Amino acid sequence: MMTANEALFQFLLRQGDNALVLGHRTSQWCGVGPVLEEDIALANTALDLIGQTQLWLAYAAEVQGEGKSANDLAFLRDAYDFRNLLLLEVPNGNFGQAIMRQCLFDAFQVPWLTELQTSSNQQVADISAKSLKEALYHWERSSETVISLGDGTEESHAYMQAAVDFCWPYAGEMFCDDAVDEAINTAGIAPLPSSIRQTWIDQVESVLSEATLTKPNSDFAQRGGRDGIRHTEHLGHMLATMQVLQRSFPGATW
Amino acid sequence: MASTENTELSEQEIAFQARIDRGEKIEPKDWMPDAYRRSLIRQIGQHAHSEIVGQLPEGNWITRAPTLERKANLLAKVQDEAGHGLYLYCAAETLGITRDEMFEMLHNGKMKYSSIFNYPTLTWADMGAVGWLVDGAAIMNQVPLQRTSYGPYARAMVRICKEESFHQRQGFHIMMTMSNGSGEQKRMAQDALNRFWYPALMMFGPSDKDSVHSAQSMAWKIKMNSNDELRQKFVDETVPQAEYLGLTIPDDQLSLDSDTGHYRFSEPDWEEFHQVINGNGPCNEERLNARIKAWDDGAWVREGMMAHANKRSAKKQVAVG
Repeated sequence: MMTANEALFQFLLRQGDNALVLGHRTSQWCGVGPVLEEDIALANTALDLIGQTQLWLAYAAEVQGEGKSANDLAFLRDAYDFRNLLLLEVPNGNFGQAIMRQCLFDAFQVPWLTELQTSSNQQVADISAKSLKEALYHWERSSETVISLGDGTEESHAYMQAAVDFCWPYAGEMFCDDAVDEAINTAGIAPLPSSIRQTWIDQVESVLSEATLTKPNSDFAQRGGRDGIRHTEHLGHMLATMQVLQRSFPGATW
Repeated sequence: MASTENTELSEQEIAFQARIDRGEKIEPKDWMPDAYRRSLIRQIGQHAHSEIVGQLPEGNWITRAPTLERKANLLAKVQDEAGHGLYLYCAAETLGITRDEMFEMLHNGKMKYSSIFNYPTLTWADMGAVGWLVDGAAIMNQVPLQRTSYGPYARAMVRICKEESFHQRQGFHIMMTMSNGSGEQKRMAQDALNRFWYPALMMFGPSDKDSVHSAQSMAWKIKMNSNDELRQKFVDETVPQAEYLGLTIPDDQLSLDSDTGHYRFSEPDWEEFHQVINGNGPCNEERLNARIKAWDDGAWVREGMMAHANKRSAKKQVAVG
């Protein structure tokens, strides 16, 4: 039986790792975006996500109670201890894929963080309230961009249809409740992720429709990220890059 | 001499020069000599390109930044550079050239960017050295340009200088942390200084006696100080900082001249400078190819967005009509 503390720790890692992994992926666009304004917006999004990471992982470290810091959790855990969605760790691919991923994630984050603002856990409520402001802006931008590119040229439409087809099987993992979610829900900290599903589908369908894109039919969900049971091969490479200095020079101050 | 020169100038040109001499700002709709316009486009365009090519060597370490704070700081810095690029392209556009035309000229080699970005960033200490030395040298060049004669350029520089000095402090802080760190970190810090010192000195351009654009640019106040003056100022300010860090400037000839109060220092290798400018630096090809690839890969995105914007405005017109 999982203790309340252990469930809270896992829950916080899920929030923090989502922000960290997507923040890292998004930061890879720095300097190579499709247009200067997008480059700036992508860096902005990445910055928001890294900021959110610091808040979630600092609280996670506190709950863990082993004297670790947010940086220890970010830079000294191996892939199987990460609790992010698979959707967020797969490589950026092209800009269409990256912005589609952002859109599908934002469509979840907005209702999710809205609910978390009234969490029984004050720290969760506070971090969520701050993150929600950013998520709303991310959603506005990612959904608008998906619509523009879906309903742009024939070529941009094709890129965006391929992007949604690629991302779709990874999206369902957001709503796969498990024992951690049950425990957190019982404690009044967060609703079950599955309770957000209909809102998410409504939002996403509306964007895809305006973007003249076809929603994939399959409900099949790749899973294994948020419980850490089976990440993709990509996460290990991402961490090898991200963690290189902390791993190479243990204990150094930067 | 001056009167002979004046007879060669048209009345308009004389009046223009008088405005500059009085310290007035030239604004986009004002009359200006073609050569003034061309020089400014070259200078502002090169500066804008330097900002966006300059994102690449630092972008190289964003994914490997050692802490969340450092990652956020570096990301914010590189984002600022993109923002500087944007202000500068806008300033250049007021002179009658488009951003796309400037990109085209960057990509086909007709416009340059600062050669410093053709050097590689090899360790995390390079993020310190780039901030400390490269941004430090850029500030020396840019602070006087806040008073430059062309209004949009001067105003862009005011915003840019504020952010650059923050970047320089951030870089110095990385150097300080590394210099006070483990033996390996100190070694990285010294190595970064060794590699970036002379390229940073080159950032001020060739010695005054070899500088081709200087005299006219100074009369027009689009260049405010001579290359050698600024280089000397940079050395004078940086040497004590290096001493404070416990690092050694890689110059056996470096000494303080007690008569002048200035440091004597070795000239950079100007042959290397010309090689790098002419395409033979360690990263010229990589940097330019990275920009060209980003531009080409982004073509469908730009076209898609434009097509959608056109569809929207067409729909609006139908609705209004």
